Amino acid sequence: MTSPARPKTFAPLAARGPAAARRVVDVGATVACHVAAAAVILPLALIVWHLVRMGLAGLTPAFFLHLPKPVGETGGGMANAIAGTALLVTIGAALAVPIGVGAGLFLAEHGDGRLGGLVRTTADVLGGVPSIVVGVAAYSLVVVPMGRFSALAGGVALGFIMLPTIVRSTEEMVRLVPRSYREAALALGAPRWRMIHDVVLPAAAPGIVTAILLGTARAAGETAPLLFTALGSRFWSLALDRPIASLPVYIFDYARAPYDDWNRQAWSAALVLLLLVTFVSALVRLTARRVPRRAF
Amino acid sequence: MTVELPAERPAGPAPRVGPAATVPAPAVERAATMRGDHIAAPVRLATVGFDLFYGTLHAVRDVTLEIASNSVTAIIGPSGCGKSTLLRAFNRMNDLIAGVRTRGEVRVSGRNILEPTTDVVELRRRVGMVFQRPNPFPKSIFDNVVFGLRLLGIRNRGELEARCEDSLRRAALWDEVRDRLDRSALQLSGGQQQRLCIARCLAVEPEVILMDEPASALDPTATARVEELVLELKQRYTIVVVTHNMQQAARISDRTAFLLSGSLVEYGETAGIFTSPREKLTEDYITGRFG
Repeated sequence: MTSPARPKTFAPLAARGPAAARRVVDVGATVACHVAAAAVILPLALIVWHLVRMGLAGLTPAFFLHLPKPVGETGGGMANAIAGTALLVTIGAALAVPIGVGAGLFLAEHGDGRLGGLVRTTADVLGGVPSIVVGVAAYSLVVVPMGRFSALAGGVALGFIMLPTIVRSTEEMVRLVPRSYREAALALGAPRWRMIHDVVLPAAAPGIVTAILLGTARAAGETAPLLFTALGSRFWSLALDRPIASLPVYIFDYARAPYDDWNRQAWSAALVLLLLVTFVSALVRLTARRVPRRAF
Repeated sequence: MTVELPAERPAGPAPRVGPAATVPAPAVERAATMRGDHIAAPVRLATVGFDLFYGTLHAVRDVTLEIASNSVTAIIGPSGCGKSTLLRAFNRMNDLIAGVRTRGEVRVSGRNILEPTTDVVELRRRVGMVFQRPNPFPKSIFDNVVFGLRLLGIRNRGELEARCEDSLRRAALWDEVRDRLDRSALQLSGGQQQRLCIARCLAVEPEVILMDEPASALDPTATARVEELVLELKQRYTIVVVTHNMQQAARISDRTAFLLSGSLVEYGETAGIFTSPREKLTEDYITGRFG
């Protein structure tokens, strides 16, 4: 035996003093976790700070109210792009929310069969499709048959972007509703559809709203799917069958333009886009939180 | 309306579903026992040669018993003996589990509810259920109590409010919640939540209340309140309680059924079961020798 002789008795554990090594590990791990948490916040903080620094000066009333000036003139605003982005996201959500929530509900309630597996895989694959490819698909589906670029085509492309997030998150949220709620409803004589409508959906609603917001927020910032669907426009238009301006496309165009004034406006547009998404999310979350509190 | 039970399994229609495996049925000497010592009151619930399978697992084996109306019947037995499954047969909650097959009969007020023509929604209104863990909906107290009423299409505010108060009073909860009916039910204590669930169940005017270990998630004070409530409620309802707490069964039930490995070992007056059980297995179980 190479090991030293084993002592017959051990000193009592209480007498072994402070475990210095354990404390070091404890402190080290705590610090590491805090650093990791800070590292998560850092990118967003940097983005916000940078956008505010570069874009705040350009946020004049004119930026929100005026149309872009012709090339070569300074000034002007992006009223058409702000309205355009709002319209495109609304079209996308109008298409993707009913289908996405419906499909998510189907997956959670009946999704164990073959069709469920197919839908789930399709949604996952769709979520992995590069956004430029989504743009091409919307181009061939809408732009080619219509014969021109349009807000509708852009909305369809954004709808494709939102759909997978909404489907899979809705499924997760509905599955999280405790089985006991379902049993309680059924035991009171609720038909299945009433159970889903009266108990499951309200219980899952805050989560579903978050899912929709995640999908919409992502779509609001997409540029690639809009390049050959909504195209862009320098004029005021809310017509569904005409090309339409949007903030991401403006940022894309203005940021690489050789004019300082346009670059400055690109920064401001980016800041507006960020504020828009944040504002809408906050608004929806506040209202969603209030709904279940409703007194009888 | 007394249901006359045949002494043997009915020889009539073949088993509705399930394998044709014959279940050993020592029915002759048991038949008398399983009638609960000559029930005088009308029989509300009954099973006749009832078997239930989860896939290949034979969870309830050839159970025949009669349950009198306006009484409390306790089903006791060790974990996994099939007592909850048997309870859930009376409102067909087992339908929710995939791969469940049954044979034999389960009768509610004389009708075999395993018939495919049974209106399960109506059955579950008549045969209410209270679960092991209090499961109020994440809605207001009021919305919880009137949930079943709204399912029945009652929209009239005044009627809903009157029935809500009535149910809460019967569940001995009204005085505690009367001035906060619009608050979330999830803010109530566990014992209050369970009484709320009982009120919610009473609101739809059931004939039978099935309780699946209704007090096992509650502290002793709340348990005592629920037990008192059960004793009050039996004036109007037929109550079946599954419990693994033998003292509780002794305190609240009129009759006790002892289930082991899916088979009904003994069924009779609670006093008799606990003082002079006829079966050795029952005696071993209630004296704590196993289970």
